Amino acid sequence: MNTREQQQFEYLLRLGDSDLILGQRLSAWLGHAPVLEEEMATGNVALDLVGQARSWLSLAGELEAQGRDADRLAYFRDAFDYRNVLITERPNGDYAYTIMRQFLFDAYHYPLLQQLSGSAHEGIREVAAKSVKEVEYHVRRSSEWVIRMGDGTQESHQRIQAALDDLWMYTGEMLTPDDVDDALLEAGVGADLEQVAWSWHDRVRAVTEEATLTLPDESWMQQGGKQGRHTEHLGYILAEMQHLPRSYPDARW
Amino acid sequence: MYSQFVDTGSDGQKGGQDASEQERAFQARIDEGISIEPKDWMPEKYRKTLVRQISQHAHSEIVGMLPEGNWITRAPSLRRKLILLAKVQDEAGHGLYLYSAAETLGASRDDLLDALHDGRAKYSSIFNYPTLTWADIGAIGWLVDGAAIMNQVPLCRCSYGPYARAMVRVCKEESFHQRQGYELLLEMVNGTEEQKAMAQDALNRWWWPSLMMFGPADGDSVHTQQSMAWKIKRHTNDELRQRFIDQTVPQAHYLGLSIPDPDLRWNEETGHYEIGEIDWDEFWNVVNGNGPCNRERLAARRTAYEDGAWVREAARAHAEKRQKRRAAA
Ligand SMILES: [Fe+2]
Ligand SMILES: [Fe+2]
Repeated sequence: MNTREQQQFEYLLRLGDSDLILGQRLSAWLGHAPVLEEEMATGNVALDLVGQARSWLSLAGELEAQGRDADRLAYFRDAFDYRNVLITERPNGDYAYTIMRQFLFDAYHYPLLQQLSGSAHEGIREVAAKSVKEVEYHVRRSSEWVIRMGDGTQESHQRIQAALDDLWMYTGEMLTPDDVDDALLEAGVGADLEQVAWSWHDRVRAVTEEATLTLPDESWMQQGGKQGRHTEHLGYILAEMQHLPRSYPDARW
Repeated sequence: MYSQFVDTGSDGQKGGQDASEQERAFQARIDEGISIEPKDWMPEKYRKTLVRQISQHAHSEIVGMLPEGNWITRAPSLRRKLILLAKVQDEAGHGLYLYSAAETLGASRDDLLDALHDGRAKYSSIFNYPTLTWADIGAIGWLVDGAAIMNQVPLCRCSYGPYARAMVRVCKEESFHQRQGYELLLEMVNGTEEQKAMAQDALNRWWWPSLMMFGPADGDSVHTQQSMAWKIKRHTNDELRQRFIDQTVPQAHYLGLSIPDPDLRWNEETGHYEIGEIDWDEFWNVVNGNGPCNRERLAARRTAYEDGAWVREAARAHAEKRQKRRAAA
């Protein structure tokens, strides 16, 4: 791969890995959600995200042209080769934490995909256009839950506020462009993160206000997921997820 | 089946002289095949029996999410992960239809869940067995969903309208699940030696519990007669079990797997397979709480419900606030 292809490959991994890791996290709720309707809704979002991950990773594999398909990329890369944003690997915590993590990610994911629906890259354009419809529902749902919890009971308010405070330092990375983001934007392939950030801030401000929550003061932001420097959690996620294919490398499933 | 022993509240069939005029008319309607709808008059015992049966079925769907759910994060390919996610999500949907059907009979979902959580209500014994390898996910789809279909297809014509309609939707999805489970195993038996061994091991562990899903033998099933008269049960346990065996044994052979029953034989004259003795002692023990996973399953459901209390409370409180604001505006 030349530099441009290498950058596109990285970009596709970021899209795919973030979806996959968040989908993996969410799917652990099945059977344990607070109410039956939420089993369905969480399952829906997890399904969408894993499905999207599969599409992004397939594109990455095709671009790389080394015979790696989506499964090969998902199951046979170690943590340092994963490119998901850090917020997606945060543990599920209580339902407030899961909802807030989802909301902060959805509020970024939606405008990101809107932009990518106009990408100069045909494959990216198609996957984004399909995914954006799904994510429109995700962000509507997670916004509603943030409002319900924030403006619900005293307990729910405390829990969702605590989640917001704790997750805040993982939001900067999503909205801060690096060399790869810049190069793809210039080529007309990637999204303009500055605009994504605008949209994110607007939504986060509006929703947290309606939810009677207090936005944390701008503080130090964690970085590194997009470059392959992760939290300790990712190793465990991958150990669980990859266990079977790695234990039986000759098997097909 | 997902409702293995439903108490009808009677020792046998009541008809003729003791039955009231209303009850006779009710039975006549059922005999004619006219479906009973929520607003129609119905004997109290019919209503109670149905609530018990439908809620057992609903609980089974929900508890049944646990043994499979715990493999979603370990599914060995993205395709399999998606299929399993969708399946477990379907089961939640089945639970939802069924609780709704029970609600048409005046039961409340919260009360039914309380009965599950404090151990008064039953759910299918099958979900008290552990899922130990990936092949178990195939075995559950093939055998457990397969057994569920065997029981539920006839219920699509049961006398109570909302239940029958719920069954129509459920059965479509269950047959999908069964095919996917079988296909999963087919891939495994055509794979490595280790995969074949996993598939055989799964069949060894799930075969007998699947047969137990149909409930006690007919001679020990005191409530069957009344339920059949009411057309909320259309075939006896043994009839359904036999159909399942006849259907499943050739499928196992096609997979190249052997049925863990040395007494299994084909009877040329009857045209049926005959099986060895079912371990009813094990069955009753699992039913009464001593299965390998009874306590864990119930504890997981209880924890989910209790930990979720504040979430449900928040949703309620927020909805009330909204309503008040709207009223004030
Ligand atoms: Fe089901
Ligand atoms: Fe099913």
